Amino acid sequence: MTADTTAEAKSMAIGPTSMAAKPKGRLGKWAEREGSAYAFLSMYALMFIIFIIVPVLVAFLLSFTAFDTIQPPTYNGLRNYVVLLTQDDIFMKYVLPNTIEFAVIVGPGGYVMAFMLAWILAQLPKIPRTILALILYSPSMTTAVAMSVVWLTLFSGDQNGYLNSFLLGNGVIQEPIQWLQSPQYLMPIMIIVTLWSSMGVGFLAMLAGILEVNPELYEAGSLDGISNRFQEIVHITIPSMKPQMMFGAVMAIVATFQAGAIGVTLSGANPTPQYAGQLIVNHIEDYGFLRYEMGYAAAVSVVLLLMVLLFSRFANRLFGSTE
Amino acid sequence: MKRWKKKRSFKIQNSGMNPKGFHPSQIKFYVILLPLVIVMLLPIVFIISHAFKPPDELFAYPPQFFVTNPTLKNFSDLFTKMGSSGVPISRYLFNSVLITIVTIAASIVVSTTAAYALSKKRFKLKQVLFAINTVALMFVPIAVTIPRFLIIDRLHLMDTFAVHILPWLAIPVGLFLLKQFIDVIPDEVIEAAQIDGASDVVIYRSIILPMIKPAIATIAILTFQATWNNADISTMYINTESLKTFAFYLGTLTSTTTGANAVAGQGIAAAASLIMFLPNLIIFVLLQSQVMSTMSHSGLKG
Repeated sequence: MTADTTAEAKSMAIGPTSMAAKPKGRLGKWAEREGSAYAFLSMYALMFIIFIIVPVLVAFLLSFTAFDTIQPPTYNGLRNYVVLLTQDDIFMKYVLPNTIEFAVIVGPGGYVMAFMLAWILAQLPKIPRTILALILYSPSMTTAVAMSVVWLTLFSGDQNGYLNSFLLGNGVIQEPIQWLQSPQYLMPIMIIVTLWSSMGVGFLAMLAGILEVNPELYEAGSLDGISNRFQEIVHITIPSMKPQMMFGAVMAIVATFQAGAIGVTLSGANPTPQYAGQLIVNHIEDYGFLRYEMGYAAAVSVVLLLMVLLFSRFANRLFGSTE
Repeated sequence: MKRWKKKRSFKIQNSGMNPKGFHPSQIKFYVILLPLVIVMLLPIVFIISHAFKPPDELFAYPPQFFVTNPTLKNFSDLFTKMGSSGVPISRYLFNSVLITIVTIAASIVVSTTAAYALSKKRFKLKQVLFAINTVALMFVPIAVTIPRFLIIDRLHLMDTFAVHILPWLAIPVGLFLLKQFIDVIPDEVIEAAQIDGASDVVIYRSIILPMIKPAIATIAILTFQATWNNADISTMYINTESLKTFAFYLGTLTSTTTGANAVAGQGIAAAASLIMFLPNLIIFVLLQSQVMSTMSHSGLKG
């Protein structure tokens, strides 16, 4: 490869002192040329393999087994997947629809919101922009744990809950509502809470991306007949920042699936009341840590990872550049 | 023609993207943003206000949003209270601070060295390894909780201090952002140093590191948020109470399954939540300009 030959030429150029010092075998030459690169990579690579690569592989392998953590895993082929698709009523009736509803609203919804907010912010002067961006970003710094005291108080089911008290006081409702325990309210509250905290790293990246767009492009665009702001976004802003749009999309997808624990945090129970807030992540924990059916839980994990990849492929179709 | 030009330049200066100052055309943006910003801010204002409420205001009916007679009682209660098995709160806090500092330091070393190699070194697997890391951006840790659990068990990391730190050292987003940032440093700078006989370690330490401070700040923030806020590791991998973190302790305070705590400990929980949140905010405010300059290199090619 060209990179290699140039690398060799370069190390030659550094001088004979380092190269011709001692004669070396093939391995020695390789170590001389690429060794330090791998040395620099080694610590990260080790952690990456232990905590990312191996878990994914193990999940994949375990998904073809029956494993209860006490007996060693036994191979049972595609049985877990077959059961998941044909016999797991809870998965088909609640978990999958819930996950899709949650992901479709929070993912693209949060993403479009992040882009629009970034676009608006980019049109404000630096100081107000920085302050407002900080406020919008700050919810994403909180975690479910730290905020649960807020949500549990705001949505508390007795008349002392802030939302109940407010609605009772205004005569909107007559009886306090069990917000976090009622199947019909749990999911909307999960979506609102997650959207609230979704202006994260992807939002900042898109803001930076919009600010980086060459202002001359807008001028050229207006000469080419672009007449309104919407056309400007579609034809200039987004095409000029596709890589940032892609980064934001990946961050949005990951955050969406990662946010799965919120229903359990809010309702305080796994499974959530009548499975109303049960997402695929909760299903994994339910089978893995409550029922100790690790093989089955691993199969659900593999399905989750595939869903993430699928969504990312879709984002790639939208924003991927062919370079 | 001249008049047209003047009008255009006026427009570019004061409206459109990244304006220099205020312009009446911006009012509509403020009108859209302000209500939203207030809604986004409310829970955060609430957490601050709630932490300073005396008991009668915490349980007042009708409930009041803002504190009227602020008190530090919740904080003093928090620090005199003992955890569930006799561990003082300061111990959880100490663990969290220590874990966070060690993890940030280690994570900076681990990911900057790797990013330097991926960006500036030449070796055969370079493109492949970077592509693997990019795919791993989509990695959802929560999906592989179970295999991770089994691996940590096999490596005898259960109930150790190290299990708080090691899983956070390989953060694909962090490596990705650092690598993109180092890419911007011209190769000539490094070649010149090589001609002067500088070794890789010297180049890494005295050329690369000083030039990528904004990206390092960003990694520090991402790692901070991941570790400081983390309660899962204490829940899943730690049995010894004195090795658990503050975030975990906060979780036990607000957990509805432990019953009475949810009401009796509300003031304490609010104070603890504020202690959890404030460092996030302070660190981000201090480093936000560095983060923004890193983010402009965050582009992900499909």
